[in-house]
Amino acid sequence: MGIKVLRAGLQTTVQDLGRYGFQQHGVIVSGAMDTFALRMANLLVGNNEGEAALEITLMGPRLEFEQDVLIAICGADLSAKVDGVPARQWCPVYIKKGSVLSFGGCVFGCRAYLAVAGGFAVKEVLNSRSTYLRAGIGGYLGRALQEGDVLTVGSPAEWSDREMRKLAEQSAGMTALGWGISVDLFPSYGTNPTIRVLRGAQFNHFAQESRDAFLASPFKVLPQSDRMGYRLKGPKLELSEPLEMISEAVASGTVQVPPEGQPIVLLADRQTAGGYPKIAQIISVDLPVIAQAKPGESLRFQVVSLEEAEALYVAREMQIEQVRQAIALRYR
Amino acid sequence: MKIYPLGDAAAVIELGGEISEAVHRKVKALSIQLEAQPIPGMIEYVPAFTTVTVFYDPYRVLREMGVQLSEAGMSGLVSPYRKVHDMLERMVAEIGDEAEIAARVIEIPVCYGEEFGPDLEFVANHNGLTPEEVIRIHSSAEYLVYMVGFAPGFPYLGGMPEAIAAPRRPSPRLAIPAGSVGIAGKQTGVYPIETPGGWQIIGRTPIELFIPDSNPPTILASGDRICFRAISRQEYMERKEGGR
Repeated sequence: MGIKVLRAGLQTTVQDLGRYGFQQHGVIVSGAMDTFALRMANLLVGNNEGEAALEITLMGPRLEFEQDVLIAICGADLSAKVDGVPARQWCPVYIKKGSVLSFGGCVFGCRAYLAVAGGFAVKEVLNSRSTYLRAGIGGYLGRALQEGDVLTVGSPAEWSDREMRKLAEQSAGMTALGWGISVDLFPSYGTNPTIRVLRGAQFNHFAQESRDAFLASPFKVLPQSDRMGYRLKGPKLELSEPLEMISEAVASGTVQVPPEGQPIVLLADRQTAGGYPKIAQIISVDLPVIAQAKPGESLRFQVVSLEEAEALYVAREMQIEQVRQAIALRYR
Repeated sequence: MKIYPLGDAAAVIELGGEISEAVHRKVKALSIQLEAQPIPGMIEYVPAFTTVTVFYDPYRVLREMGVQLSEAGMSGLVSPYRKVHDMLERMVAEIGDEAEIAARVIEIPVCYGEEFGPDLEFVANHNGLTPEEVIRIHSSAEYLVYMVGFAPGFPYLGGMPEAIAAPRRPSPRLAIPAGSVGIAGKQTGVYPIETPGGWQIIGRTPIELFIPDSNPPTILASGDRICFRAISRQEYMERKEGGR
């Protein structure tokens, strides 16, 4: 009994907040691309914010619920429907056993997160339930979901369990609870977004025209973009003179430029170290924004100061703490 | 020594400007110190050739250091990076550079050339050598594992003879098979899993370098010494079938 995959979708994987602590052994972090959406989806169903959820990419799966569940879908709007009826996002939704969740056209964004009260009971590998596709570990058998897979649901928190029992008596099919995450709290999601960056360690090694072009021109997201990184196409970025680089650690959001001159933004499945010059680093609060950019969209980069990035980071964490407290109060 | 930010949630400590065993010992010493006494808010640290990068949660740095956060957030407060910077600076000043480097020597068998090493010819031509000379030079040196990174269990090795150095490919390959042995600049290494990469591939090993069910999940660690041994296609096949 659990959640049965009737159709897999383009790429649906189990992800949590990432596999930390093993980068010194070369094990990548993985985890959700849009951590804000993952955290919100989990909080809405009474989970710990880092519980494993499904990351659903562009074309969503078709899932049959073999038990009553409380779910929340956050992030991209991929036209979720339960038994053909549009399902609300960014709020808890109760779904009765036997219902089928399907996805349709992509209204906004690239990745939706489906959390279920109790989380997905998949084995932890190196302290995380994230799927690391290239190594074939974590998540559901180390791979994306396939037709016929059955995901087991863990034990829900006491309040969400209580809520489900209450709704089971009143509800015939799907019931969206009348509250959720306010749009005001969203990251600066948008189509063709402007992404805020800090100057990278080698920013000043790029030719002046390249520095100017990096900050003034749109960059197109190429189809080869994936969880490892976004390959961008724009003006050719060149160093003012050749630079001998020694490999060192890279982070999520590092914008590196290989010799061909087109930037690559490293993301959740990035390697742990890199040897290409780093022109910029995306600020933490804008990582969910770039995670929702689709191939074919254009990005622009805007420089901010470290202090500004830090202030935004702290403000975001304080907001999330308030959400956590508000949800706890609601269900006490 | 230099400390600089890698975005808003990581700091890089640069302990030297060149790849050398002396700088490696400093990297190792700082790693040991960070393992023993993580700084407040630290998530993990990643040692490399000349750097150690500390990943931290800026919010937790402030919280764990007892900084009061107002409704307005951190406006007017000291930046988390500043706090991290100062803590790391003090830590580096206190450590010596006499860290022990393990004396383990690990042999890695490699089948060079043909379909396992499509860039062997390029490396030979680039250096005015024959493929056989490249193999002999590559497999007669002893290498130091400076760092493990890029992919799980991928060793960055020092000690490669400059006679076989070769530039990275101008555009990275999208998929390099597991076990591939490559050269980039003056570095050589082994790809433990299939991955994209820009190195020149000269051969392949049947040995598994990444074992996810064990902790640590790799057979090589920073500080190990390794050597490569040329093996035949037949030995490659036998070892591949027989496991390790």
